[in-house]
Amino acid sequence: MTVPASESGIHKRVVLAEADIDRALTRIAHEILEANKGSRDLVLLGIPRRGFPLARRLAQKIAAVDESVDPDLITGQLDVTMYRDDLRRNPTRSPLATQLPPSGIDDKVVVLVDDVLYSGRTIRAALDALADLGRPRIVRLAVLVDRGHRELPIRADHVGKNLPTSSRERVRVHLAEIDLIGGSAVNEVVIEDRL
Amino acid sequence: MKHLLSTQDLSARNALRLLDVAEEMAAVGEREIKKLPALRGRTVVNLFFEDSTRTRISFEAAAKRLSADVINFAAKGSSVSKGESLKDTAQTLEAMSADAVVIRHPASGAPARLAASGWIDAAVVNAGDGTHEHPTQALLDAFTLRRHWAQLGGSPSAGSTLAGMKVLIVGDVLHSRVARSNVWLLTTLGAEVLLAGPPTLLPVGVASWPCTVYYNLDDALAQRPDAVMMLRLQAERMNAAFFPSTREYSRRWGFDDGRLALLDTMGLDDTVIMHPGPMNRGLEISSAAADSPRSTVLAQVRNGVSVRMATLYLLLSGDQHDEPDDDLQDLQPATTPEGRTP
Repeated sequence: MTVPASESGIHKRVVLAEADIDRALTRIAHEILEANKGSRDLVLLGIPRRGFPLARRLAQKIAAVDESVDPDLITGQLDVTMYRDDLRRNPTRSPLATQLPPSGIDDKVVVLVDDVLYSGRTIRAALDALADLGRPRIVRLAVLVDRGHRELPIRADHVGKNLPTSSRERVRVHLAEIDLIGGSAVNEVVIEDRL
Repeated sequence: MKHLLSTQDLSARNALRLLDVAEEMAAVGEREIKKLPALRGRTVVNLFFEDSTRTRISFEAAAKRLSADVINFAAKGSSVSKGESLKDTAQTLEAMSADAVVIRHPASGAPARLAASGWIDAAVVNAGDGTHEHPTQALLDAFTLRRHWAQLGGSPSAGSTLAGMKVLIVGDVLHSRVARSNVWLLTTLGAEVLLAGPPTLLPVGVASWPCTVYYNLDDALAQRPDAVMMLRLQAERMNAAFFPSTREYSRRWGFDDGRLALLDTMGLDDTVIMHPGPMNRGLEISSAAADSPRSTVLAQVRNGVSVRMATLYLLLSGDQHDEPDDDLQDLQPATTPEGRTP
């Protein structure tokens, strides 16, 4: 699927449409349950901003399979702003809220959820943030898109789609919970490339 | 933002951003590990030419919670008592590569001088200068008020303003930098500010401030304020006959037990009583009022650490060399690194 180049000179390519995202998340939800041998002690922590809606969607899919799960009680948000290693190299970022499920994260199986895995630096920051909040039994990583170009020894346990990209390209994930494009809520993953 | 010198030139956008960041910092204060690595390796100097306990301790706690190194400097026992000038002190700090200087000074404008002179490259935070401004105190007051106001409205405090709130500031406005900073900031955030005090303790030109002035405390209370902020009677600055006796001041301008009971009879159940501290119990505020459930005095102290963490974080993180003009840059959303979704 190729969308014609916009007038701004950016070439856009939709690589995952709404149905593709949904299928990938369904598969990841099942993988998480399989790896954990059930839903016991499971906590899904989304990394702002788009990791959080993804974590919620995964929790709903897990709840659809396992009726004992309340999606609201296993999802949370983990802000990593203050733990980034590039704070001094970029304009000031405002931290967002960290919300943990009421059960906390001690001795839980925490699945970090993010939209795009790229350099791995966000996940490195997330691991540090997690250590200040408690001591999970296991930490896993689920991402919608792995685009390569890792700069740290970090890999994802559950990947929606492996996307070979050039570092010149940008991968944008649009989720209906957050993104309005032209007034309508969109679910898609787009690769942008300057021509 | 490069410096925090006054609330008069603080835009509503920057003020709200600071309060929102403070909201996240407050969440850190409730965790078991109350520390963030954001300012690791940065040095914050507390430069205090005037006595202070809570402000200095609050700034020190804030800097330490952000993992910054803190150097405390008190004018007493330093070379200042040997006659060292502000310029030489500043250059000494510059040579020690301080990243931020928190300064309290008896002379109004000393922090602005430090920031504008080029003596020092560090970010300057005004922690009270003469009778000019005390911006972090006003920010923590606004933070406390905003939480109270949002709770009454049943909405989350992050992102909200003080629109529709009526705040009464009572007492020695003439010598109070807290009052000045609060008048500017609370007005910027949408609150309506009322001042009440004896004419001798109101500054010349108060009529041009964006607030209503009352010369009788009970008339002002009849306006049904949502918060009453009592100012400290600054005995150390009482160098003229501003009022006949402290007893008369206490009776006319003090928040005593009678006025505390009046709030109940007026049905103002949600009106809070604030005080920047240190309190003169029995003078501008009675013990019953200071210890009543309406009092936010301790919440103000607690919020002070969060607000100062937010201030230091916003001033010290980020690449300052890319932000030549704070307000222009601050209005744009933070750019995301290449290839990463925001």
